[in-house]
Amino acid sequence: MTASGSHHMDPKRSFQGLILTLHNFWAEYGCVVLQPYDMEVGAGTFHPATTLRALGPKRWNAAYVQPSRRPTDGRYGENPNRLQHYYQYQVILKPSPSDLQELYLKSLYAIGIDPVLHDIRFVEDDWESPTLGAWGLGWECWCDGMEVSQFTYFQQVCGVECAPVAGELTYGLERLAMYVQGVDSIYDLNFNGRDGDEKVSYGDIFLQTEQEYSRFNFEIADTSILLRHFDDAEKQCRDILEAGAGRSANVHQCVFPAYDQCIKASHVFNLLDARGVISVTERQSYILRVRALSKACGEAYLLTDAGGVTGKAA
Amino acid sequence: MPDLLLELRSEEIPARMQRKAAGDLQKLVTDGLVDAGLTYEAARAYWTPRRLALDVRGVTARSADLSEERKGPRTDAPQKAIDGFLRGAGLASADQAEIRTDPKKGAFYVAVIAKPGRPAEDLIAELIPEVIRGFPWPKSMRWGPASARPGSLRWVRPLQSILCTFGPETEDPQVIDFEIDGLRSSNITYGHRFMAPEPITVKRFDDYIAGLEKARVVLDADRRKDIIRTDAMNLAFANGLELVEDEGLLEEVAGLVEWPVVLMGEFEEAFLHIPAEVIRLTIRANQKCFVCRNRSVGDGEKDSLSNRFVLVANVEATDGGTQIAAGNGRVVRARLSDALYFWKTDQADLPDLELLAASAQKLALDLSKPLDQRMARLDNLAVTFHAKLGTQGERVQRIRDFAGFIARQIGADPDLAIRAAVLAKADLATEVVGEFPELQGLMGRRYADLQGEPAPVAEAIEMHYRPQGPNDSVPGDPVSVAVALADKLDTLIGFWTIDEKPTGSKDPYALRRAALGVIRIVLENSIELPLRGLISERPGQPAMEPAVLEDLIAFFHDRLTVYLRDKDARHDLIDSVLTDQSDDLLTVVQKVEALAAFLETDDGKNLLAGTKRAANIVSAERKRGAEISTGLVDPSRFESDQETVLFDAAAEAGAVASAAIVRSDFTAAMHALAGLRQPIDAFFDTVHVNAEDPDLRSNRLALLESIREATGAVADFSKIAG
Repeated sequence: MTASGSHHMDPKRSFQGLILTLHNFWAEYGCVVLQPYDMEVGAGTFHPATTLRALGPKRWNAAYVQPSRRPTDGRYGENPNRLQHYYQYQVILKPSPSDLQELYLKSLYAIGIDPVLHDIRFVEDDWESPTLGAWGLGWECWCDGMEVSQFTYFQQVCGVECAPVAGELTYGLERLAMYVQGVDSIYDLNFNGRDGDEKVSYGDIFLQTEQEYSRFNFEIADTSILLRHFDDAEKQCRDILEAGAGRSANVHQCVFPAYDQCIKASHVFNLLDARGVISVTERQSYILRVRALSKACGEAYLLTDAGGVTGKAA
Repeated sequence: MPDLLLELRSEEIPARMQRKAAGDLQKLVTDGLVDAGLTYEAARAYWTPRRLALDVRGVTARSADLSEERKGPRTDAPQKAIDGFLRGAGLASADQAEIRTDPKKGAFYVAVIAKPGRPAEDLIAELIPEVIRGFPWPKSMRWGPASARPGSLRWVRPLQSILCTFGPETEDPQVIDFEIDGLRSSNITYGHRFMAPEPITVKRFDDYIAGLEKARVVLDADRRKDIIRTDAMNLAFANGLELVEDEGLLEEVAGLVEWPVVLMGEFEEAFLHIPAEVIRLTIRANQKCFVCRNRSVGDGEKDSLSNRFVLVANVEATDGGTQIAAGNGRVVRARLSDALYFWKTDQADLPDLELLAASAQKLALDLSKPLDQRMARLDNLAVTFHAKLGTQGERVQRIRDFAGFIARQIGADPDLAIRAAVLAKADLATEVVGEFPELQGLMGRRYADLQGEPAPVAEAIEMHYRPQGPNDSVPGDPVSVAVALADKLDTLIGFWTIDEKPTGSKDPYALRRAALGVIRIVLENSIELPLRGLISERPGQPAMEPAVLEDLIAFFHDRLTVYLRDKDARHDLIDSVLTDQSDDLLTVVQKVEALAAFLETDDGKNLLAGTKRAANIVSAERKRGAEISTGLVDPSRFESDQETVLFDAAAEAGAVASAAIVRSDFTAAMHALAGLRQPIDAFFDTVHVNAEDPDLRSNRLALLESIREATGAVADFSKIAG
């Protein structure tokens, strides 16, 4: 099965074909197919379509690709398996359907992974995000010994109990693509599925950026500016929440913009971490500061329409 | 009698929880049956990644009829009290109660409440949901639409189906019918997720286990382990290799598969440059695969790791596993590339070396060397060792000074000890140890070798963590000994000072292990090292509070006693030798050994008997108020030669034994005491201690007391059994 039936869209040949196949699969299921969030985040989970919308009682099924940045994972383009910028494919289903494992396996089949030819395994993974105040239980999903996805039943997000529980699937797109394309280096992935002169590889697009961002993350990023940005984002987040709460007692009117600042603080912290300027004790206090922001956002979200608040104020 | 079969099928249960969960299920259900008034003949629990199963044989078909009597008020009690009693007992009127009389209370009501037995089916239908709802998972979760409501069912991962049948062997068993959060019990299960996903209708355990086996599920975890172990060893052997066995990994892998299929993968030989321990841990921790050794032809090169490894799949792939093995090989290669990157990064210069200058100066580090840079970075980052005990850098400075001091006392090269101490913790800042903390010490040694540190320094970096327990090896090289003692004593002194001592089963900083380490190092290397002096004279550090120091010494005594008892030393001998003042561990042990040998001899046995007799007499007289001390012996009042001989012998034996003890010549000390035997025996044979004359009597008692003093140089004989 391929996205459009044409050879170069085959998920086994083309990175974008893989993405489009997943889009089709989850669109068929009934998900809203969203676009990436327009901010720097460390994982697809940070997208408000997951963090905030996992909260509250409303039904919510969404799928999207999220570029993810992990500054400490930068290897100057020299490691064939590790990048500081990569793509996650994120699916969030609330409440979690009873056949979520089967759905996941069908999606693997759609992109060319046949479970009687490969060894698919669900290996324990207690997921926790200290900065998001979130935890859940689930698995790393292995294909022939390679972790290709994470599968989590969210129990708590932003410090708030999930009711009902949402199921989250996170596919590591590059790893899956390497697997189905049969290449040993991310940079050798065929991006557009064409051959010869028409072919564009992952490395054509991202090798230079990996080198440049590794330099920036590890050597150039100005730590005093970053430290200031962290403080600014933290302050702004709190100010926005305060302003949004001020207008009415039981309804909050400004959560998403505040949450953006929480995301920003989290990414700045990751950059500072990559620069090696955060000691172990400081590290904990930065994490707690971001967590406090995400908790405040989560609590405020429950007072909004999307968060399921009833008796909307005028 | 009927059998009960229960299966709880869920999404994948974490491997490490399965065995205990199956045990809990067995206990909760069988205890519940007994509590409900049923009995059973046998029970056994099974588990796979996707199911817990319980087979209970010979359950009684119904619980016994019971009747309960409840005493009520007197028949002439106020009507209110009688009504209350009847209501409580479930009786409609007083006619339904019996009237009994007893001499004290007179006539009173008794309610006889019949409790008829109930069918086992009903009891089980109540019990199982209770067990499921209260199941003691270490961590459990909610899921699905039901989780919107408070109090919804929790399980380790979503529970998919419940199979519960009950019935005698001769008939078709029936389904015990119940429902939890929309999940209804049945007689249906499912086989292997991919190879046999169809439903299976089950009657009882025999066809259940056989049906699963046909559907590619080996229910018994121990059988899965045997299959994996045997197949893995055979596969390795067939390839000219030897499997590196790993019981913990085997248990885990058996909990990851329902149908084990053993395959072999490989990686490039170039990766074999990475230390073997790193390769093994990379493959084990991340991939859950077994490594293999090359089978040695001769004796040399025994430990060389092979570039082939054994993996355990959960499926009989249609291509025979070619793609699975190739895929696993690719992942292992990627992981080893990472390990290689860490290994090489650790040998390269750090960026921002100029930031490390102050740390380098403080610790006399050479920033042209990679491991020195890591230590400087550890210090520079001010990584906390413990909130009240400062940073790792401060700790290393203390250990450095202490190691140099100890080295001088035990004849090790102090410069090498100082250098080793300075680098001992440096590998905590390396990438490999960051990835695999269990390789601390070992990696430091590798990197020290690579940057040309002297052999004793490199060895001490690894060995200073040893021994890790009663069976671990003990450092033997003097430099390693000095650093190991400095590290362990610094830890003990630190935690004693901030009053974070082990209590009961709690010992979060492994202080008992540290003390045992000191004891084993000192004893197994025969090092005389008085602890009080060593601790109070350590350079550059404030003295410990005397009470705290004494408490720490007492802790050492306690640990030494435990250690010696484990070595089958006589408890009473340890007690007789150990005093609050005991300071040197080696002396204590040597005394115990010499004493044990001495007490095996004739002289020893008789001396002990004589000494005990003397002590008993003295203590009996003391109880009566006699004041006895050796200073009061007046030789001019001796009436017999035996008294004079004993007096001189005791004085001499005491002096000779004490002098011998000072020389640590315990055999000579015992020999000196042996000389007391004859005079004591002769004294008791001829002299009457309880003389009429009170002065004479107290003089003789004082003489007996001098025996205790003389033997006291070696041990407190009164504490010795016999």
